[in-house]
Amino acid sequence: MSRYALPLVAVIALILFLVVGLKRGDPRALPSPFIGKPAPEFDLPMLKDPEKTVGSKDMAGEVALVNVWATWCVGCRQEHPFLLELEENDAIPIYGINWRDTRPEALRWIQQLGDPYVASGFDGSGRVGIDWGVYGAPETFLVSAEGVVLHKHLGPLDRTAWEQDFLPLINSEASAQ
Amino acid sequence: MRRLLTLLVATLVMAPAAAIDTGKAFEDPELQARYDKLISEVRCLKCQNQSIKDSNVFLASDLRREIRRLIEEGKTDPEIIDFLVTRYGEFALYRPRTTGKTLILWLAPFLLVLFGGFAMYRVVRHRMSMPLDNDAVQEGATK
Repeated sequence: MSRYALPLVAVIALILFLVVGLKRGDPRALPSPFIGKPAPEFDLPMLKDPEKTVGSKDMAGEVALVNVWATWCVGCRQEHPFLLELEENDAIPIYGINWRDTRPEALRWIQQLGDPYVASGFDGSGRVGIDWGVYGAPETFLVSAEGVVLHKHLGPLDRTAWEQDFLPLINSEASAQ
Repeated sequence: MRRLLTLLVATLVMAPAAAIDTGKAFEDPELQARYDKLISEVRCLKCQNQSIKDSNVFLASDLRREIRRLIEEGKTDPEIIDFLVTRYGEFALYRPRTTGKTLILWLAPFLLVLFGGFAMYRVVRHRMSMPLDNDAVQEGATK
């Protein structure tokens, strides 16, 4: 009997590894190395007014969302109504990074679908996207008043994610102050 | 048939010509070599089983452009790797660095070989100590 003990343990261990691997969920969802760290500084020309800029300086002092979006991104269209809803309810200021897009198309999108953003920065070259470790739009970062990244959400933002992942963090930030 | 074959061969010959990296080569061959090595060791985060050298997703070309810029700015390889890891995490590297977190990746193969060797040693030694079954051997030989 004892001669089977070791192989049995090995097989059970292997099965456990496989189960954990399967339960891990989307293998494309990578943890952001920025969680708990200062958000990358950025300063981008505004989408609506290239003369002005929007960036870290505007976000200081309040908990805010940074939403990476593009007109070619299907998930962005999907999450757009929810962003509008957040904006209507004054839930949180949302700053946009219009990533790897063209200005005319992005402006038309805002015009047609509505503008949930305090302001969107235009990142046509993707430089700021790389600084934020963006690899697929939409991505949404929750940034504290001190400019620390609290959470990163991959894919379309929806009510479930908002209530489960964002609200508790926002509330604990509010109570800490 | 012959025509088809010609077409097939032509396609095969043409394949390498469709290079993905359309950027200009460095004038200094040493820099070019560093660039080539770096881009073949960085994972394309959007297409996870390709390096940014092999991928034509725009994220890969953006990252190639950044690496090119950093090399031109005179940054060293460790500095460039740092640049990528602070933004995308250790996962972006196909050749993980030996740090506390990734040590297991580097040690695991050696540990497994050691473990396997030990197991084999145990089995062989056990079998050697078993008495030879001469009757069975002879029976087999006469059959």
